[in-house]
Amino acid sequence: MDHAATTAADPDVITAMLPYFRESFGNASSLHTLGQEAKKALENAREEVATLIGAKNDEMIFTAGGTESDNIAIQGVAHRNRKKGGHIITTKIEHPAVLNTCKHLEAQGFKVTYLPVDKDGLINAKDVESAIKEDTILITIMHANNEIGTIEPIEEIGKIAKKHSIPFHTDAVQSMGKIPVNVDKMNLDMLSISSHKIYGPKGVGALYIRNGVKLEPLVHGGGHEKGLRSSTENIPGIVGFGKACSLAKGKLETEMQRLTKLRDTLIDNILHNVEESYLDGHRTKRLPNNVNLRFSAIEGESLVLSLDAKGIAASTGSACSSKKLEPSHVLMAIGLNEVEAHGSLRLTLGRWNTKEEVEYVCGVLPEVVGRLRSMSPLWHK
Amino acid sequence: MYSQKVMEHFQNPRNMGEIKDADGIGKVGNPVCGDVMQIFIKIEKDKNGIERISDIKFKTFGCAAAIATSSMMTELAKGKTLEDALKIARGDVADSLDGLPPIKMHCSNLAADGLHAAIKDYLSKKKK
Repeated sequence: MDHAATTAADPDVITAMLPYFRESFGNASSLHTLGQEAKKALENAREEVATLIGAKNDEMIFTAGGTESDNIAIQGVAHRNRKKGGHIITTKIEHPAVLNTCKHLEAQGFKVTYLPVDKDGLINAKDVESAIKEDTILITIMHANNEIGTIEPIEEIGKIAKKHSIPFHTDAVQSMGKIPVNVDKMNLDMLSISSHKIYGPKGVGALYIRNGVKLEPLVHGGGHEKGLRSSTENIPGIVGFGKACSLAKGKLETEMQRLTKLRDTLIDNILHNVEESYLDGHRTKRLPNNVNLRFSAIEGESLVLSLDAKGIAASTGSACSSKKLEPSHVLMAIGLNEVEAHGSLRLTLGRWNTKEEVEYVCGVLPEVVGRLRSMSPLWHK
Repeated sequence: MYSQKVMEHFQNPRNMGEIKDADGIGKVGNPVCGDVMQIFIKIEKDKNGIERISDIKFKTFGCAAAIATSSMMTELAKGKTLEDALKIARGDVADSLDGLPPIKMHCSNLAADGLHAAIKDYLSKKKK
């Protein structure tokens, strides 16, 4: 249950991709039949991705993934508009792909405002408006948070950005395919998405850029993707991504309902059956598949490994599980202290998780938490 | 990430628990860092009159490495004389577990520190 980390490619996605490795392996820039076949597949996939988010085909560029899309969007607009000003608005809970890109720009002389969130991880749109200055050239705020699942008021923020004529980017890597995403309804100028989060292959993503928004490219070369992302296109990957998007569109409504039900079962059951357990992130403005819990007196890495031994894949925001031994910045931003952040557990459901699997997790979790608590000098019972 | 020995000790820790009338208790680490260990020891004189750790138990809040190093340390320490137990160095626990990722070495350090703290506690109580 770690689908926020990555997903298995849907069997239909793999079927769609296979011909493009050998039989139709052409380079989409070639003039001959083989090349033109690849070009056709590329443009077909572009339409499939654009359709999922309500964009025009020519507003989509393909990238190597969500991280790259974030980089192209943020650095692209920043460098293009350097002369107009150097101020960027973002939030404290963005994915490192956005945060570290902003930090990189700060080192180059840009100024960045990192807006705080409330205890549920929600951004207040009024705070965005208050942060706008004369030299603000970009607002970048994620649609839904990858750790705690909170869904931000993007439509409202988009209206504000539009009012002030500031380009507005959202990282929709976690929300796409799980909840409705529409670039016009959400008043977006740019949007980053990733294939491997929606049952497509890894190594491919896309960036929506509204016609009229100008960027400086990061990757220079043959001029592919409107000059914004040169490189021979990863046709199999792109075809897979397109297929994943068209599958996601077809299943959106039913999956939203099904996953929300399973999610709520997990949340209600665990909170009820495990003492001193808490939910992090907004209870209802929340991704349909995201469960983020906290258990006192135990540590997240040992919890994840104990669940792994029982056949359950999960993740944690605990410091001990990170490369830098620092607790999750998202948990810190919602007001948890380091001790509280240690006991965090994230379960994220996916297309093939069943009611039986959810029941299994509900049965196993109290046992696993109990074992770790029996070992813990911080558990008082 | 972890060796088989570490995972073994994590899944099946040895000497986990408390000793109600412990002769020495060592408390190390802190909840902010994410590692807290409590080591309980019982001391008895052997047939030559030398004090040995006759029983040792641990309680640990922490990651798999913290739990495994606590467990391994108690195995290394049990039955040893106080002198030998004090010689159990920070790296010894990690070595016995076939190594730890560099980022987790501090857990091994903590386990040894916990043992030494328990022995110091016993010795200071003895003086009284």
